[in-house]
Amino acid sequence: MTATLQKIQLARLAHARSGDKADWVDFGLFAWNATGYAVLAREVTAQRVAEHFAPWLPGRVECWPLPNILAIKLVLHDALQGGGARNLRLDNLGKSMAAALLRMEINVSTDELAACLAAPRVGWWGDKP
Amino acid sequence: MKKSIRIGAGLGFYGDAWEPVLASIEKGGVHYIASDHLAELTLAILQKDLQRDASLGYARDVVPFLMALWPAMAQRKVRFVCNAGGLNPAGAAAAVRAAFAAKGWSARVAVVTGDDVLKEVADLAPPHMFSGAVFDAVRDRMVFANAYLGARPVISALQQGADIVITGRVADAALFLGPLAHAFNWNLGDETPATPTDLNRLAQGLAVGHLLECSGQGSGGNFGSLQAWKAIPDLAHIGYPIAEVCEDGSAIITKAPGTGGRINFDTVRQQLLYEVHNPHAYMSPDVVLDLSTVTLEDIGQDRVRMTGATGHARPEQLKVVGGYRDGFKAEVTWGFSWPDAYDKALAAVEMVKAQLADKAVPHEALFVEFPGLNSAHGALAPLPDAKALAELNEVWVRMVLRTRDKKAADGFGRLFPWMALSGPAYTCGFQGLHNSSELLGIWPALIGRQAVESRTRVEVLQT
Repeated sequence: MTATLQKIQLARLAHARSGDKADWVDFGLFAWNATGYAVLAREVTAQRVAEHFAPWLPGRVECWPLPNILAIKLVLHDALQGGGARNLRLDNLGKSMAAALLRMEINVSTDELAACLAAPRVGWWGDKP
Repeated sequence: MKKSIRIGAGLGFYGDAWEPVLASIEKGGVHYIASDHLAELTLAILQKDLQRDASLGYARDVVPFLMALWPAMAQRKVRFVCNAGGLNPAGAAAAVRAAFAAKGWSARVAVVTGDDVLKEVADLAPPHMFSGAVFDAVRDRMVFANAYLGARPVISALQQGADIVITGRVADAALFLGPLAHAFNWNLGDETPATPTDLNRLAQGLAVGHLLECSGQGSGGNFGSLQAWKAIPDLAHIGYPIAEVCEDGSAIITKAPGTGGRINFDTVRQQLLYEVHNPHAYMSPDVVLDLSTVTLEDIGQDRVRMTGATGHARPEQLKVVGGYRDGFKAEVTWGFSWPDAYDKALAAVEMVKAQLADKAVPHEALFVEFPGLNSAHGALAPLPDAKALAELNEVWVRMVLRTRDKKAADGFGRLFPWMALSGPAYTCGFQGLHNSSELLGIWPALIGRQAVESRTRVEVLQT
């Protein structure tokens, strides 16, 4: 057994979607399986996500773990220059911002990472030929 | 055997594709189609149409949509609910009826009105529901204010035999809850208080609506992921989601056979959490939905069973979305080629800032981003190192002026052409000489539901 810690991007272990409401960007972050969810639930906190976005958008973050669907719900405040209809950015609705979340680095042990990647996905992705 | 109803997703926004809806009608066995044409921003767009022409202000795609799909719907007795009425549901219905009359088609078209609460909002002066800002800050600039209506007027229209229901700002998911509550005679709590069982059924119905209201986003479209999106088949022929709902509210999410896309645990839950904020209390006019008790069971072959949503009593206040004039923007995008492309783009920005200062152009902000480098992720997008940055083949810079002064916005593009001959070399693709527009701020607020519901009207017209 090795306990070597490494930093990886969330994109390795999770998928995500973002959307807008007024001046908030709203994220759903999803583990592929229960093993991955245990890591996300430990590593992805409101504070860590706020620190991740702070160099760009230093707003408040809210976080709700949803173990029933192996997901974490996040909301970033003050993220759209006041709202989509007045935001001057090309991505005025923050639809690509879930990808910015997937850039976030988390700490995992080598064993944990291997276990997450080895565990099967819960969803049906087609019958194997 | 339980009775079940099949309801299919219509459009997910103003401008969406309707071929997948036809597939749901022809191959998906649906009884109802519900179609969401209104995002928060859409009312702002429709307001601009309405200012230009009082007969407009609705999502105009509803007319060609129905011209293309109504024959297939009528043949199978599929009923259609949409919020394409926008700021002018009567105008939308008039346009649909005129188009039907020209074809000699007949249909019962219901019009739902009463969501326009501009006058009530001016009287009640509700604060901004998130920032707490006072209404007087925007009072003179408000151009529309519409309450989110619930399922009740949709149910009324269907009870009166409407084939087509055209509403204004009915909440997206309520467009779906309405037909389900009508078909199963679910208790909304208007006459007799809703029991926990009633509330949980409504919660399931609302969750179904939420899964279907964004069309292809519920069936594998826009699946945000590293690599995994590539495994979703044939997005070019995506099938929009369809729900088979039982009387107890339990539902199977699926799509028409032979269509592209994917319905599985992953694609369904990405949509389940989309724009819901607090997942323990997803607010709607009819029920407050707790998603933390939902179970999604992936049964394979593009079928996912959803059960377990918990409902809590509906709120005493309804949400209003208001829009107010919020100044103007003007934007210019310009490219520079190797060598020194990035440095030249930065130099161009400084020259524009000098022009703004020299000419004392009134403005609040000059926003700058570099499409291709950082426009999606701002400061979180890692720039190439200095050497790679200097060697970039080309760099595009987008400059956007925010100003209260219309003339300043209209004149912004004029600050640029001189640079073609007198600025940094190897420029290409100047865009934006005339590219200014008015900005609308959105004012979300809460008002008492009685003030709204007492004036909601449903009118059924025979065409």
